Amino acid sequence: MEYFIELFFSGLTRGSIYALIALGYTMVYGIIQLINFAHGEIYMIGAFTALIVTGVLTYYGWPHLAIILIAAVLAIFYSAAYGWTMERIAYKPLRDAPRLSALISAIGASLFLQNYVLLAQTSDFLPFPSLISDFAFLDPVSNLFGTTDFLIYTTTGVVMALLTFLIKFTRVGKAMRATAQDRHMAMLVGIDVNRIISITFIIGSATAAIGGVLIASHVGQINFFIGFIAGIKAFVAAVLGGIGSLPGAVLGSLVLGWTEAFFTGYVSSDYEDVCAFVILVIILIFRPSGLLGRSGVQKV
Amino acid sequence: MLKLAGVKTYYGNIQALKGIDIEISQGEIITLIGANGAGKSTTLMSICGIVPPRSGSITFEGRPIHDMKPNDIVRLGICQVPEGRRIFPFLTVIENLDMGSFLRNDKADVKRDLDYVLTLFPILAERRNQAGGTLSGGEQQMLAISRALMARPRLLLLDEPSLGLAPLVVRQIFAIIRKINQEQKTTIFLVEQNANLALKAAHRGYVMENGRITLADLTVNLLANEAVRKAYLGI
Repeated sequence: MEYFIELFFSGLTRGSIYALIALGYTMVYGIIQLINFAHGEIYMIGAFTALIVTGVLTYYGWPHLAIILIAAVLAIFYSAAYGWTMERIAYKPLRDAPRLSALISAIGASLFLQNYVLLAQTSDFLPFPSLISDFAFLDPVSNLFGTTDFLIYTTTGVVMALLTFLIKFTRVGKAMRATAQDRHMAMLVGIDVNRIISITFIIGSATAAIGGVLIASHVGQINFFIGFIAGIKAFVAAVLGGIGSLPGAVLGSLVLGWTEAFFTGYVSSDYEDVCAFVILVIILIFRPSGLLGRSGVQKV
Repeated sequence: MLKLAGVKTYYGNIQALKGIDIEISQGEIITLIGANGAGKSTTLMSICGIVPPRSGSITFEGRPIHDMKPNDIVRLGICQVPEGRRIFPFLTVIENLDMGSFLRNDKADVKRDLDYVLTLFPILAERRNQAGGTLSGGEQQMLAISRALMARPRLLLLDEPSLGLAPLVVRQIFAIIRKINQEQKTTIFLVEQNANLALKAAHRGYVMENGRITLADLTVNLLANEAVRKAYLGI
């Protein structure tokens, strides 16, 4: 039983990280129907930014807490700037082009960013310093999950709550929903649709960066390729939950995280990555709109 | 108030508007009638900046608007109720109305306008928290008009408000259109396939064929015009 609970929490950790990435996928898809394959690279760039900032600040002997906070904030801003720029360069010129063109552009952006980091850094795994000392109040449950796991759960929860509030109740959030549902009509009521799309990319990139920083400090090492596999899995999670739906992205991520954790725990860890893709195939055959997705809207 | 001069609009290589001239004065109800594919909706989309004209000029109160962005055109007070209503299907009725007043910051006045449209169409008040997509066709048309009114337009563009609605609902909608014109002094540009209805509601009318304006006159004269009667009124 204890093994089961352990696996449950390890799945929750995976799922939470997938969720932070999947939210960006699903928001961008919802608003411009684009699978932003470069989204995983934004997550990777978030992790690298944090690594560089921690390196510099550690050299100057700053306190740990300050380092991790500044690193996280800069990673968020830097990744958001990347997301915004990427949209401007790779997607905006193709706004009225066929969807396939934008998809190819997304794959191009992904390859570009990977290779750019590969050249700027190295292909080796770089150690990410563990700056977060264990929380004393977690001692009684330390056999189930660690401090970074705890941080991952709480951060993901807070980010989700903030995003839900933003989308449901704020002016920008309503404009985002309106743009997602009918872009031309959104223009006709006076919404600056290009601005809303930029904001969506910025928010999606910022949440991915949070995921990048958290996973880097959890796993303790990063390289230029981490965004690829995490991005693909988060994409599977978003499709599983119903692409375009925020609660769906979170649910899909958790289901994927737990499936992987229990599969590796009880069956075999050799086929860990296969899990995600088997799920993708099954979902596409039996429920293409995903767990919480809505099937196509009939426009009259 | 609004003046189109030599407007030519294209979809890719296909020319939809072949140089049209339209003039609308403050306080009027103007109608544009014509068959399917004549270019009526394109005219409205050109005015709103969604499909900007390739040549020609569109001026609103003396100011050229043909190269402005759609959201800036809305800000000037030009609002469109597009063909097929285009309600945001997953937003509630109230959220749809909120979107109409997206560019306004005068909270108290927005509240007053909300009360006004809900008295024009009491059914919307009953359905306020229902998703827009679940309303009936007539209710959606009422919501679409109300959403446009929430922007407090000075020029309201209506694209086929009678499309697909029961005759009784159509009569109700047209009564409201006249009421808005009289009470709010809103200028109205009405595009319709139902020529009979449109010519009776409007003061002046334009007839459009294949991307060109072929006739422009007072509606009383158009209603008496032999060619119009034959082609559009079926008499």
